[in-house]
Amino acid sequence: MGTISRGFSGRRGAADVKLPPGQYLTTDFPVLSAGPTPRVPLDQWEFTIDDGTDVLRRWNWKSFRQLPAETITVDIHCVTRWSKLGTIWEGVSLDTILAGVKTEAEFALAHSYGDYSTNLPLEDLINKQAWVAFRFDDENLAPEHGGPARLLVPHLYFWKSAKWVRGITLMHEDKPGFWESLGYHNYGDPWREQRHWGD
Amino acid sequence: MGRLRWLVGTVVALHDETATARTITLEVPDWPGHLAGQHVDVRLTAPDGYSAVRSYSIASASNSERRVELTVERLPNGEVSPYLTQEVAVSDRLELLGPLGGWFVWRAQQPEPIQLIAGGSGMVPLMAMIRSRAAAGSTAPFRLLYSVREPGAVFYRDELQTRSDRDRSVTLAYAYTRAAPKDSSRPPGRIDAELVAEATWPSKLGPTCYVCGPTPFVEIAAGFLSACGNRPDKIKTERFGPTGGKK
Repeated sequence: MGTISRGFSGRRGAADVKLPPGQYLTTDFPVLSAGPTPRVPLDQWEFTIDDGTDVLRRWNWKSFRQLPAETITVDIHCVTRWSKLGTIWEGVSLDTILAGVKTEAEFALAHSYGDYSTNLPLEDLINKQAWVAFRFDDENLAPEHGGPARLLVPHLYFWKSAKWVRGITLMHEDKPGFWESLGYHNYGDPWREQRHWGD
Repeated sequence: MGRLRWLVGTVVALHDETATARTITLEVPDWPGHLAGQHVDVRLTAPDGYSAVRSYSIASASNSERRVELTVERLPNGEVSPYLTQEVAVSDRLELLGPLGGWFVWRAQQPEPIQLIAGGSGMVPLMAMIRSRAAAGSTAPFRLLYSVREPGAVFYRDELQTRSDRDRSVTLAYAYTRAAPKDSSRPPGRIDAELVAEATWPSKLGPTCYVCGPTPFVEIAAGFLSACGNRPDKIKTERFGPTGGKK
């Protein structure tokens, strides 16, 4: 146990809620972004899958929205220590997006409008673990929360769920993204509290 | 960089900035040093082991050895901030993890003009930049646009004035949102495109801009900076709190 804070009792949340270590519950939806919010008109939006050399798949907004979408209810955990439970999204599964893509790649780099990027093992994007989400709480996803569309990878800290996502590059070798180059953990499992380098 | 570990700091001074904000000066023997703009996580632990952690920006200059100053604004329904602003006493010990954050930082080697835009308690990391500039002997020109509810809510007012009087390369502009002093040239109100255009560096000078405040404020201010021609990668932001409105 750490140093006891004289006179501190704290405000306990609901006892039956199990959060990852060091997290607190919020009902707000805070925003963490490194720069201005990009505004991406839908008629200019596109989403691609590439292998670093060639574009393997490409969608515009219209063709993307014709892909089968699903409703996802998940808990999300931000590295800045808030967790939000039972968030409801609508999006397209990465299993759908990557269907038929033949690759030996083991890593992925999601990249965004506004030049944000984040890296993940490819196996964390498949098998019903990741989506490209475009609605939150029954409304179109607001720009400050990553709209028109963001990655949703709820089993990792939320910086991995890249806002304003525009594509995914499949890679044979891992390459750190934006926050991963600036001190955040390369993988980011909230249950193992992988916040920073060396955690 | 090695694994970050929790450090113990001892409170050596307390100073009320406003009716709701307090600066806590900590002596941290193992402090590794920090950059202006970084923050720490503060952990409070109850006798039964329950703990709560929140992030706070560092207000002190980057060269302040072993001394770390945090300015904490009390949130109405906060869990940690009421303790830090009302309960904590000199000689109490607090646990810190940090320094944290590698993007929203100013380094003394940066030669370009610096534009700071603060909304309310978003002033704290920007104050660390102003203090670090002086401590490092930097001559980079700094401009601050500080949006604040009313005169009584201004953090560091006297120190800001003194620093600006002493060094003409540090200029201040206040924008009051609810109540302005009598001699204010502008009626109370939110910042707007015209004010941002007038009170910030021309984008052709290539300033780096640092914007910190509540999320809706930062969204607006960063948008105005973009509209003035500043490149998105030159606008660094730090947001806190919810988005306002429904979400």
